[in-house]
Amino acid sequence: MDKIENNKAWFLVLPVLLLVAFSAVIPLMTVVNYSVQDTFGNNVFFWEGLGWFKEVLTSSRVHGALGRQLAFSAIILAIQIPLGIAIALCMPKRGFWASVCLVLMSLPLLIPWNVVGTIWQILGRTDIGLLGYTLDQLGISWNYARNPVHAWIIVVVMDVWHWTSLVALLAYAGLQSIPQAYYQAAKIDQASRWKVFRYIELPKMQGVLLIAILLRFMDSFMIYTEPFVVTGGGPGSATSFLSIDLVKMALGQFDLGPAAAFSIMYFLIILLVSWVFYTVMTNIDKAEGK
Amino acid sequence: MTVATQTYAPRTRTFALPRIKVSTATLVLYIAFMLVPIYWLLNMSLKTNQEILGGFALWPQNPTLNNYLVILTDASWYMGYVNSITYVVMNTVLSLAVALPAAYAFSRYRFLGDKHLFFWLLTNRMAPPAVFALPFFQLYSSVGLFDTHIAVALAHTLFNVPLAVWILEGFMRGVPKEIDETAYIDGYSFPRFFVKIFMPLIASGIGVAAFFCFMFSWVELLLSRTLTAVNAQPIASVMTRTVSASGLDWGVLSAAGVLTIIPGALVIYFVRNYIAKGFALGRV
Repeated sequence: MDKIENNKAWFLVLPVLLLVAFSAVIPLMTVVNYSVQDTFGNNVFFWEGLGWFKEVLTSSRVHGALGRQLAFSAIILAIQIPLGIAIALCMPKRGFWASVCLVLMSLPLLIPWNVVGTIWQILGRTDIGLLGYTLDQLGISWNYARNPVHAWIIVVVMDVWHWTSLVALLAYAGLQSIPQAYYQAAKIDQASRWKVFRYIELPKMQGVLLIAILLRFMDSFMIYTEPFVVTGGGPGSATSFLSIDLVKMALGQFDLGPAAAFSIMYFLIILLVSWVFYTVMTNIDKAEGK
Repeated sequence: MTVATQTYAPRTRTFALPRIKVSTATLVLYIAFMLVPIYWLLNMSLKTNQEILGGFALWPQNPTLNNYLVILTDASWYMGYVNSITYVVMNTVLSLAVALPAAYAFSRYRFLGDKHLFFWLLTNRMAPPAVFALPFFQLYSSVGLFDTHIAVALAHTLFNVPLAVWILEGFMRGVPKEIDETAYIDGYSFPRFFVKIFMPLIASGIGVAAFFCFMFSWVELLLSRTLTAVNAQPIASVMTRTVSASGLDWGVLSAAGVLTIIPGALVIYFVRNYIAKGFALGRV
């Protein structure tokens, strides 16, 4: 759609600008401020330069958290994106059962994140939880509070449970927008089911899948509440992802300088990924002539 | 897998099929996987703590509503819900009020820095709350807003205002521009046009944006917990504290969890066709 050039539109945007500046820019400036200063208490600060950044960049604790975080996000994407697409392909195209599927699948998305944690905390226990009890009866010595591998399994399964439906719903929306003519043409050409998927459905889902990947990457990259409730970042620091570690550092130990430097680098990664996504998305929109 | 049995044309489903389709089986399994954990929570909430710890059972032997009664009669529990709903509603109203004109500006006009601003909003939706927890704590403490509903409502605008702007913009660009022009020719002023003509046209968009603002504020824990102590303590925070303090009453905890699912479950049916659009920030 052709838009009119009009700088008076700024007046319409101004409230958003002021509000978000208050809730994003001011706090972020505080963080920048802390990241270059040190204090011995009493609100006396002195210039520290890039010292905290160097400390954080070389800290094995931060490296560990970043490594775990990247591994977690990679596993999540590798499971949820293909599974989500597969589920979307299985869903009925329209009618009563399509609505039923949509509603039932959306349920996990709407549950408060700490309750998601609580659900899996209970479910994984060998004494009262269905999952833990079953595994225990099968003769597997299951203990997610002690065994790091088990802790990872429960956190990953929990996230798959929590968010795969999002990918499925997005992919489903993408599939719905494909005109019937495409399928009819494929039928005339006697294209195999795989070819229909590869050359019609997948390209047409490109846009929504991109959004799905972005959202799942971002939200798994800043996951906090669910593993915090289930494992508390443990055993040891086996499931301490970036946010958990950062909160420990900032609010637990009140290490303002390192936490601030950590935050800024965390934020820069987010900024970079968002920018890549935004650029790709605008290009796709342009190519489709929106 | 599922692919072999799919047909391409729209089909009417008949239930007299001789064999079960692979796709249907996959779907049923997946939905079962979605529902079993929720069922388990419900199951727990209908048992007494003795029954939960006493033995393993797939369904409650003596279903009881006592756990719910505890929550609905104890002020420290039910005030958690009241606090949560208070700041969530404040946040939703605030977010929509500022997002509506902004989304209109983004969908209709080009102006200096519009693309940058739109991108900057996105980065705030993507910003990790963990980064903002400490600065928010200090900011709201210094202006005397710590432990008030308005503090949490303002803090949640960090991600909800961008969300609302993006969703509303997605709906608004589907409305033809000719409608605006016709209205102006007919002598409508901008505010009158916006309220009388434009808002009814995107009513479903406003509903979806409101739903998502409500949801994202409702499910968030980190910021709401950091910014509150007693007076504005959200239900999520009440739940985590009970876990650590009072010897784990699993029944009551589960009942509290079930009650937090209800608001989402109640409205989900009405927004079912827009869930994808809302989560995708209006880009689907």
